[in-house]
Amino acid sequence: MISLAGRDIMHAWGKFVFTGVGLGLLIGITLSMAGIYRGMVDDAKVLLDNSGADLWVVQKDTLGPYAESSSIYDDTWRSIRTMPGVARAANVTYLTMQVRQGERDVRAMVTGIMAGEPGAPGWPPYLVAGRQITRGHYEAVADLASGFKLGDRLQIRRNHYTVVGLTRRMVSSGGDPMIFIPLKDAQEAQFLKDNDAIRQQRRRTAENPAFNRPQVPDLLAAVIASQSTNPYVNAVLVRIDSGHAAEKVAESIRRWKRLTVYTRAQMEEILVGKLIATSARQIAMFLVILSVVSAAIVAFIIYTLTLGKIREIAVLKLIGTKNRTIVGLIMQQSIALGLIGFVVGKITATLLMAPIFPKYVLLEPMDSIIGFIAVVVICILASIIAIHAALKVDPAEAIGG
Amino acid sequence: MTGKGIRIEGLRKRYGSGDTAVEALKGVDMQVAPGEVIGLVGPSGSGKSTLLKCLGAVIEPSGGRMILGDEVIYDDGWKVTDLRALRRDKIGFIFQAPYLIPFLDVTDNVALLPMLAGTPNAEARSRAVELFKSLDVEHRAKAMPSQLSGGEQQRVAIARGLVNRPPVILADEPTAPLDSERALAVIRILNDMARKLETAIIVVTHDEKIIPTFKRIYHIRDGVTYEEAGEGRGFE
Repeated sequence: MISLAGRDIMHAWGKFVFTGVGLGLLIGITLSMAGIYRGMVDDAKVLLDNSGADLWVVQKDTLGPYAESSSIYDDTWRSIRTMPGVARAANVTYLTMQVRQGERDVRAMVTGIMAGEPGAPGWPPYLVAGRQITRGHYEAVADLASGFKLGDRLQIRRNHYTVVGLTRRMVSSGGDPMIFIPLKDAQEAQFLKDNDAIRQQRRRTAENPAFNRPQVPDLLAAVIASQSTNPYVNAVLVRIDSGHAAEKVAESIRRWKRLTVYTRAQMEEILVGKLIATSARQIAMFLVILSVVSAAIVAFIIYTLTLGKIREIAVLKLIGTKNRTIVGLIMQQSIALGLIGFVVGKITATLLMAPIFPKYVLLEPMDSIIGFIAVVVICILASIIAIHAALKVDPAEAIGG
Repeated sequence: MTGKGIRIEGLRKRYGSGDTAVEALKGVDMQVAPGEVIGLVGPSGSGKSTLLKCLGAVIEPSGGRMILGDEVIYDDGWKVTDLRALRRDKIGFIFQAPYLIPFLDVTDNVALLPMLAGTPNAEARSRAVELFKSLDVEHRAKAMPSQLSGGEQQRVAIARGLVNRPPVILADEPTAPLDSERALAVIRILNDMARKLETAIIVVTHDEKIIPTFKRIYHIRDGVTYEEAGEGRGFE
């Protein structure tokens, strides 16, 4: 038996392919949306992976340092370092801001790392060019996605930094490229006010009789000095000695240091389950909407194609064609349209959208398989209206009168 | 010999019920022998199409009897369970317009019927090509319907009606879109094929050009048929 669907498609292949390409662009957007969600999750995981930490020690009862602000004293790491099971501990600060280079600026997550301790938690684990930070001030390692190059001069707050190293796939959970600078500089950047604000703060402090006591001449200077320094970091990243359970070490820190400690799994849950949850829901809604729109388009196209063949269907029925042959004709065409659309959509998502999209788009094979199955199912469902119309055709329509 | 033509006795068809019921056929009698081509003539609304649909097992009559070949197919109710198979295997249709499937080439348009009946593709195509020789469209076997002239399309449609060698062929105004010359050519072909394949052919028409060619004509008016000897020029 010949394939009626195949012959019909070959007869009007131009119309079919053109329609399939249109549908494919829609499917491409749908696949890209799924890829954007996967990219967000991957960004979050990469952030955790690249930090090189097993535990995140943050301010008590906060979800810091990524989902909420967190401040702990910058000497806390020393006492944590001495606890059983802790291999390394390092301060870290995170500050998302606009980093300027000449006339342009780039949104980036500026990360303060403890200078002179390469390999410590928080450091970029590998570079693609240049070297790690070796000086205590004014050097930076930037992610390639920032667009900065070796030797570029960056401005963060009032200070200038030279890019000495480049790394790759070091991004925040929001996809912003990371720029690593020495911890002291980062602490200052978090805290530093402009000159007017500093002068105003000093004046207000001097006018406060509690701080400006004539009988205690050094008090005012001490208070102003304390106001000009930042003894806080956002978190202490901890690497566990092999042979120790992360949860046990975390419990010990919680108990003795009265700080909140997250393991890798908990931090992943915070990032994926809370920080990007709203974005994920938005993307899920877009996926649902796009799927419904795709189904509606396929249904409309197949229905229109079927209506255009009503006379032929009546003739086919009159000459004894079984219903299942007619159902097969319509359903096969619908699936073929979906297949063309899927191939075009996959190519569009992979070769056109992913490379130029400003956010990281991760197209996983399993998502493609699920997408393929969804397209086939949608096409089958979408053909039901057309099949219903075809089965209702009276073979008597082929006979005049 | 593919059967003994078709015979219908007291065929009735009523549409609707109660006060709004319309009696479209009021007891039609008709017999067409194998190899015979008869005309069925009547004005619009006389019941021609209803009779054709009943004969074609497309609609169910309200009463009467139909015998196709040796088989009683209707006797106050269908006596066959698979009407599609009946239409496919035992009734050939030729329509007012050719209604060829536009996405199948000429050969497959004709071969589709035997294929639907389970005949292997090669054999079905070979049967189609055999008919094309008789109908003088062999050279167009690979063409698409849109590439054929009106006359060629109608000859292919005739081949489709004949390909399963049915005992009866129902032709619904097959010459309506054709000029006199082509219309007569089509009737000549139908006569030739009826004799060759011993098929009974009922031609519904009100085409004045071809009416004189029938040896027997059934007139239908208000749901009743009247047999009349035609001029019978035929194409002996």
